[in-house]
Amino acid sequence: MHIIDRRLNPGGKSFANRQRFLRRARAQVRKAVREASSSRSIKDAGKGGEVSIPAGGVYEPSLRRSRDGGVRDYVLPGNKKYIEGDTIPRPEQSGGQGSRASDSGEGEDEFRFALSDEEYLDLYLEDLELPDLAKRQVAGAEAVQWRQAGFSSDGPPARLSVPRTLRHSMSRRIALKRPKPEEIQALREEIERLEREGGQFEKLQELRADLELKLKRNKRIPYIDPVDVRYRRLESTPKPIAKAVMFCLMDVSGSMNEHMKDLAKRFYSLLYLFLNRRYKHVDVVFIRHTHEAQEVDEQTFFYSRETGGTVVSTALFKMEEVVRARYPVDQWNIYAAQASDGDNTSSDNAIVLQQLRDVILPICQYYAYVEVAMDDEEEPPGGTEPSTNLWRTFRRVSVEAPFAMRRVRHRRDIYPVFRELFSRRPEGAEAA
Amino acid sequence: MSIATASSPLLFSGPDWDFDLIRRVHEACGEIGVGEMGLDPYPAQIEVITTEQMLDAYASTGMPLFYRHWSFGKHFARNEAMYRKGYQGLAYEIVINSNPCLVYIMEENSATMQTLVLAHAGYGHSHFFKNNYVFKQWTDADGILDYLEFARGYIAKCEDRHGQEEVERLLDAAHALQSHGIHRYPRKRMPDLRSEERREEERRRHGEQLFNDLWRTVPAGQKKKADADGHARRKALLGLPEENLLYFLEKTAPRLKGWQREVLRIVRLINQYFYPQRQTKVMNEGCATFVHHRIMNRLHEKGQLTDGSFLEFLHSHTSVVLQPGFDDRRYSGINPYALGFAMCCDIERICTAPTEEDREWMPDIAGNGDAYGTLRDIWANYRDESFVSQFLSPRAIRDFGLFRIVDDEDEEALNVAAIHDERGYRKIRRALSRHYDIAYRDPDIQIVDVDLAGDRKLILQHRVMDGIVLEETDTEKVLQHIADLWGYDVKLIEADDSGVEHAEHSTSPRRMFG
Repeated sequence: MHIIDRRLNPGGKSFANRQRFLRRARAQVRKAVREASSSRSIKDAGKGGEVSIPAGGVYEPSLRRSRDGGVRDYVLPGNKKYIEGDTIPRPEQSGGQGSRASDSGEGEDEFRFALSDEEYLDLYLEDLELPDLAKRQVAGAEAVQWRQAGFSSDGPPARLSVPRTLRHSMSRRIALKRPKPEEIQALREEIERLEREGGQFEKLQELRADLELKLKRNKRIPYIDPVDVRYRRLESTPKPIAKAVMFCLMDVSGSMNEHMKDLAKRFYSLLYLFLNRRYKHVDVVFIRHTHEAQEVDEQTFFYSRETGGTVVSTALFKMEEVVRARYPVDQWNIYAAQASDGDNTSSDNAIVLQQLRDVILPICQYYAYVEVAMDDEEEPPGGTEPSTNLWRTFRRVSVEAPFAMRRVRHRRDIYPVFRELFSRRPEGAEAA
Repeated sequence: MSIATASSPLLFSGPDWDFDLIRRVHEACGEIGVGEMGLDPYPAQIEVITTEQMLDAYASTGMPLFYRHWSFGKHFARNEAMYRKGYQGLAYEIVINSNPCLVYIMEENSATMQTLVLAHAGYGHSHFFKNNYVFKQWTDADGILDYLEFARGYIAKCEDRHGQEEVERLLDAAHALQSHGIHRYPRKRMPDLRSEERREEERRRHGEQLFNDLWRTVPAGQKKKADADGHARRKALLGLPEENLLYFLEKTAPRLKGWQREVLRIVRLINQYFYPQRQTKVMNEGCATFVHHRIMNRLHEKGQLTDGSFLEFLHSHTSVVLQPGFDDRRYSGINPYALGFAMCCDIERICTAPTEEDREWMPDIAGNGDAYGTLRDIWANYRDESFVSQFLSPRAIRDFGLFRIVDDEDEEALNVAAIHDERGYRKIRRALSRHYDIAYRDPDIQIVDVDLAGDRKLILQHRVMDGIVLEETDTEKVLQHIADLWGYDVKLIEADDSGVEHAEHSTSPRRMFG
């Protein structure tokens, strides 16, 4: 008998099969993931979890008998009261023995299983791309990377490069004609043979002299000389890290109700999730505004109430101020997402436009404006454009700018809108 | 170790275990299993694994290595979800019919559970695998692991060469047919898995020769008589009718390439390896449960188990052999552990303390006094169907309260055809035995003809019994796979013995292979 401890064997033997399964069911899983996302709370938006897909695509058919019709007999345990000849009314679903599959066959069966966080996010954010990822910050304390940079003749023993050292040693031995051990061995054997056979004294003498010379040479030329020794050299290089900062701008005046804030929050969390996957380091700055703007923490941003008028430009000025103070434009990728119900003091529109055009957009990687609306708000027939103050103002932003605007009225719209904003575009195509 | 046994006969006293303890337990079980019960198991190879690894093993039908396919990933995902939610516990062990016998035990089992598992799998199942005739006839315990290794390597190589998708499609088709890729009757020689690779080449060449010859015999304006002759000859040459669909396709499908045939063969042979397990579920579990029950009892009697451990064992044993009644919410068919264990205990009782009834029903074993010998003989020479039809005693039927129901489509209600009384015993026994007859349970589908003269259409027949036809949607899908493999049209006729046709399905190939 043998006992083998397999516990330390690498796990995840099924990993490859799982990948294949996911690939196979990809379309359905993707759909399920997207549907599931609309019912999730924001905190869990990026967590893995159970999804359920129609069994159709991953169904394994086999030749088997149908579940109804014909004459069947069953042997069942646990008889308490029946005697031969009794009749039992047929249960609702005939042949209720089956443990799977409804009568209508496959397709209705749901297949439930859990996705890991990683798999979930992959599918969730699949095909999305950040516009203009360009800026990378060079230097910075944590961003040192060591990399192999040739060899040096000194260093710690741990970094000794044996192959390189031996290579040097060999070329030196060849160059200096250090006799090989085989040569010496052969010479010794020859001498021994001659000694045994006797005669040929001169030859023997000659060989002995030769041997002595060789041995001397051997001693003088070491196998490995300090000059041969090489160490692997490391060089520190500053590693470029891409840093991103995300500005969340939101109108918190009285006209923004909870529903609208919730929509905005969902949009922000998606954006955060997305940025987080693309950048190692993401800062988030929350700026709320009424008739004046404040930088606040997340809790205050989403939950505290404010009253006042609505002057959008204040938020833009605040953002500019924060950027100047903390986020040098050459080092940070700057993203901004603004959520509003579209209200603005009319006199402010021109200022907003100017500030956006001249200051904000030039420093931004991407600026998304999401106009949130009430769920029950009537969509004007024919799908005409919304006619809020801000919307009209932003319409005038040039199409070349990294700017996008969308209107959202329901939770389920958030994800599609988000996808639309960030979906991968063919090279050179313009952001809408 | 000797110190421990000398000072106290107790094997262990807490829930903790270590490797030395496993070894001692295995030996102690052996003293009883081999020494007292006369079991003859394979040498054991005990492998300790984690939960994660157990889930892995589940996904590949318990085998330590398997080729790759998405369906295993699907099973893994489902099991994992069920397990994580607590709907389903994991088995305490998995045992593999190989020589040496691989027994996987979970690290989180307590010492008592490890003892139970070693007795159950290491002696019970292992003895059954080694001695039962169905296993002897059909499986090659020495070669299976090597063969799986070969299979995995081969399929991986095919994936490299022909692309994952192509291989996956082929495996999908083969898997759909695997329930009909079994030889139910022994052929000339048992498959020797070790020399499979070499033999495959020869067989294929031979098959192709037959095949080529065939196509030349397409009648060229010959007389009717010759045609009739040709018909019989053709069937004989193709070995028709053939119920092993995979085998037939592997050997004769005209458009398949060599590697595709080999892949079909791999699926077929691995499935054939599992065939005995399907035929002996009740006996196999009955044997193992009986053995572990006996060993644990004897260990306790000999003072090697504490009362506490024994109670722990009884707790898990009773839940394993629980048979809920048909009207219980937990009911999901007859529990093979319960039935097998009850029958084995019953046989022991009949051998040692028979009643008049037993003497009448089983005169040849009643009161023979040699319970273990009788059981060993039964374990060796029966499978579920014959085991039930021979050894299900009236008493067991009464204990289980078995009754038989007939559900006729044309009747208003279900009819109780037999219960556990004098008139019913034989009927119930016959009905239950038929329930375990795989050949009866699986639909009987055969390839009956190939239309060589015309469009090479393959004709299959389902022999309809009791008016039960095939599941429609599934059949269409599987038929599509058959058509793809065959490369030409396929027709499936469902007819019963009186010649009444119940249904007909036809499909054309999608030209996916070759």
